[in-house]
Amino acid sequence: MVTYLFILFATLAIAAALAMVLNRSTVNSALFLVLNMLSIAGIYLLLKAQFLAVVQVLVYAGAIMVLFLFVIMLLNVEDEEAVLDKINFRYIISVILGVVVLSYLLYIAGSMADALPPVAEDMAQVGTVEAIGDELFSTYILPLEITAILLTAAVVGAIMMAQHKFK
Amino acid sequence: MSPELVTSLIIAFVALFVVLNTAAIVVFAERRLAGFIQNRPGPNRVGPIGILQPLADVLKLLFNEDITPIYGRKALHTIAPIIPVITAIAAIAVIPFATGVVASDINVGVLYLLAVTSMGVYGVTLGGWASNSKYSLLGGLRSAAQMVSYELPMGIAVASCVLYAASLNMVEIVDSQEFWWNVFRNPIGFVIFIIAAFAEANRAPFDLVEAEQELVGGFHTEYSGMKFGTFFLAEYMHVVIGSMLIVTFFFGGYHLPFAGYWLPEMSETATIILDLIVFSVKTLFFVFLFIWVRWTLPRFKFNDLMNYSWSRLLPLGIINFVVIASAIMIYNNYFS
Repeated sequence: MVTYLFILFATLAIAAALAMVLNRSTVNSALFLVLNMLSIAGIYLLLKAQFLAVVQVLVYAGAIMVLFLFVIMLLNVEDEEAVLDKINFRYIISVILGVVVLSYLLYIAGSMADALPPVAEDMAQVGTVEAIGDELFSTYILPLEITAILLTAAVVGAIMMAQHKFK
Repeated sequence: MSPELVTSLIIAFVALFVVLNTAAIVVFAERRLAGFIQNRPGPNRVGPIGILQPLADVLKLLFNEDITPIYGRKALHTIAPIIPVITAIAAIAVIPFATGVVASDINVGVLYLLAVTSMGVYGVTLGGWASNSKYSLLGGLRSAAQMVSYELPMGIAVASCVLYAASLNMVEIVDSQEFWWNVFRNPIGFVIFIIAAFAEANRAPFDLVEAEQELVGGFHTEYSGMKFGTFFLAEYMHVVIGSMLIVTFFFGGYHLPFAGYWLPEMSETATIILDLIVFSVKTLFFVFLFIWVRWTLPRFKFNDLMNYSWSRLLPLGIINFVVIASAIMIYNNYFS
């Protein structure tokens, strides 16, 4: 079961990443990036890193990409010329070949259902909120505080630059 | 399948069924209450006291012609209405309805909830973009800005509740309120949360997204038929789920007020039945509040809306959080 989910998420992540790079429409690219982030969050979940998975969705897919989309829509970036203008013969053939290859891959994958080793018991505890919180606020407290100050400084700087009176 | 999985699935499907039907009834309740508040009858012709009105509405929407703007993005235009429904459904998974009745008892429940609700904005934004219309686009942009802005105060208000429970698990947050509801321990957090919940559900006085005086229909100007119906359904599902979240985080979930002090031990079945009744009554009250506010308060201006979030709610939320955190630390160190 875990192996199948991994194959699903991994394929989805790679396909979304490719689609993001190859797509001519900026909005579509941004959306494929969201899909990519969601599938990577799925892989984190399979590795029992719940905190990382949820934060990935919350911060990257839920907040940062919304701002990306916001800017793209606000600037109203023109699309470049589409690669696939309309459904032509080559497109149909490539889809059929793609389905054939994919089904063959899945057939192979089906014969090794438990290929992935299970996540070790002590590793499963590393990804919980409690474990990460303990580490962040004891061992790594200095880097954490420095990062926080850096981010605050960046935010203040951005606001300063956004004000036109700033010389 | 393991027994836990089966129980989870049963709870999830029953909850889904109830929420979907409640959403339909809320549509009817909203129109009747709007009529009552504006001193007119409201829809009262279809069935006894008009209760079958939602059914008639859906039938009408099903027979409407489904139009996609010629230069719009057809695929995105179709996908967009589905997204807010999915996020609303996904949020149900971690809400505890009664003692032991929760579809998925995960230890990052609160973060999951915030993550899922933060994805809902894509539906409205993409719907506005894919319509290829200036009004829709403006509605979509407003929604993106508004949702991102109000997520922060909401997150901080929730974080101040997490402090009392010392856990991100939804069940533990509810159980931490057995003696004192969070609304008594954290009133400022409650005010911030309820305002942010109204904004996140795109409800008046924060429904700038579909301000009809300025934007015709806002993001759904170019939507018709069942696609519009799906957006409509999503809005009312978000009202129901927003009410559930207010109840869960601030009104003790399924606990009666100060239940820990006076409520006697009961058998398991009796507890679950009582819990379900208490939870539903509280949720329905907040659904009523959502409707009541919509027909009472006028709409904000957009610049006021943004100012209100960034320069009022957010600083207030941070101060509230720090004060509560310090108070809890002092209490734990010196008084217990």
